[in-house]
Amino acid sequence: MIRFDNVSKTYPKQNRPALDNVSLEIEKGEFVFLVGSSGSGKSTFLRLVLREERPSTGEVHVLGKDLAKLSNWKVPQMRRQLGTVFQDFRLLPNKTVGQNVAFALEVIGKSKSVINKVVPEVLELVGLADKQGRMPGELSGGEQQRVAIARAFVNRPMLLIADEPTGNLDPQNSVGIMKLLHRINQTGTTVLMATHDQEIVDQMRKRVIELDKGHLVRDQSRGVYGYQH
Amino acid sequence: MRAQFVMSEIGVGLRRNLTMTIAVIVSVALSLALAGAAILLNDQVGNMRGYWDSKVEVSVYFCNKTDVTANIPGSNCAGGPATGPQMAAVQATLEKSGLVDQIYSETQEQNLQIFKQEQPNNPLLADVTAAGMESSFMIKLKDPQKYDEISGMVGGMPGVNTVQDQNEVLKPLFNLLNGAQVVAWTIMAIMLGVTMLLVVNTVRVSAFSRKRETGIMRLVGASNFYVQMPFIAEAAFAAVVGAALASGMLMAGKYLLVDHFLSKQISLINFIGWGPVFQVMPLILVIGVGMSSIAAFLTLRKYLRV
Repeated sequence: MIRFDNVSKTYPKQNRPALDNVSLEIEKGEFVFLVGSSGSGKSTFLRLVLREERPSTGEVHVLGKDLAKLSNWKVPQMRRQLGTVFQDFRLLPNKTVGQNVAFALEVIGKSKSVINKVVPEVLELVGLADKQGRMPGELSGGEQQRVAIARAFVNRPMLLIADEPTGNLDPQNSVGIMKLLHRINQTGTTVLMATHDQEIVDQMRKRVIELDKGHLVRDQSRGVYGYQH
Repeated sequence: MRAQFVMSEIGVGLRRNLTMTIAVIVSVALSLALAGAAILLNDQVGNMRGYWDSKVEVSVYFCNKTDVTANIPGSNCAGGPATGPQMAAVQATLEKSGLVDQIYSETQEQNLQIFKQEQPNNPLLADVTAAGMESSFMIKLKDPQKYDEISGMVGGMPGVNTVQDQNEVLKPLFNLLNGAQVVAWTIMAIMLGVTMLLVVNTVRVSAFSRKRETGIMRLVGASNFYVQMPFIAEAAFAAVVGAALASGMLMAGKYLLVDHFLSKQISLINFIGWGPVFQVMPLILVIGVGMSSIAAFLTLRKYLRV
């Protein structure tokens, strides 16, 4: 699903590489936490997977494709097979919940009949069937994040990337979001989640990849947030 | 691709950015109107060149009674008004030279008629008689540039008052028109440059104000074309409106300025008709739409990368 082979990334005018010789593989259907302090290279890792950046050296394979060999105009096709969720939800404030989810389908040219069918389905999945006509501003943070997940998942992607999805949420809402991501994972979608939330990582007992100053310092199945000292 | 969705996105973009859109439309309209006017002026000058080139190039004026008494330096009128044999000698010299294509002989009487026709309101007209006019030869040269040779050949012959190069007479007019053309092209180039900058800036502001939308579009895998199209279409739409306004300005200019003003003031010049005006319209539309689409496209390459 995702394979990094000796990947390093150095940004221009930076001495220290953001990622330094990272190699790892994430299999289909896995649920993986990416942890590490700020500046550890988590964001760079995710940006490389999304091909918003290219590695300085090494190879990144996503969904079986070598991203270095993927031409620019094929990138959108690749991204349609990925879903992405962010800490700040990134909803369009002037569109309703239903329109926000539909937007993701409209801009890839899906027909109106398909949209009318799948949008209510996915809103049902995230537990917002009754909120389709509401504006994002009227919803709680947890509900907004559910809308964002619905939008990311509406194409039934093979891989869901979540960058601190619970970062703006209280513990109770965070648990709800984690349950939802777990359910999505059980449908066969690989989930890669970057997080700072120690409690969640410790509870879920999933694979944990830890980065520190660009180095891969830990890759542990059924791990916890930090080493138990 | 869903046309309805794209159209609504374009509408949202144009309305959100209304003041800038208006600025672009006005700027496009002015620069295209100038472009059109410059092209039409070019046509006009070309027309006139062709018209005058096909006409007489050199005039030989013969002495009349008045010239004898006036005794203008450089003329050969001391011997009295030109006689028939003197005129015949000039004609023979011209024909022998091999430089002349055609000679039109005009008598004093004919020249009086021409004068009356061309300047019916001239206050001198009442006092002018045929004897006050000069007889003349209107000469068409094989090579219009050989004026000097003709002038040297017959300028000193008895009975010849003056030899005039008509192109010399028209030179100030053509100089004026050429100058006007240079000015029009220069202003047009500056205006087109300003319009380009304005389009670039408008698209940049538009792209910036919709960063959220375009960011989401890219994330969910909308193609570059789909992401960029609304912006390019916005710029193209503004250009179409601008081109329409410019066409209106050109038509108004042709109708009000040329047909109802200039052509009444200056009867000598054969002004261009509606044909060239209608030919210029699609041209400025293509220039306008092409220019702003390309400006938009190049801007987006920089601001909406994948």
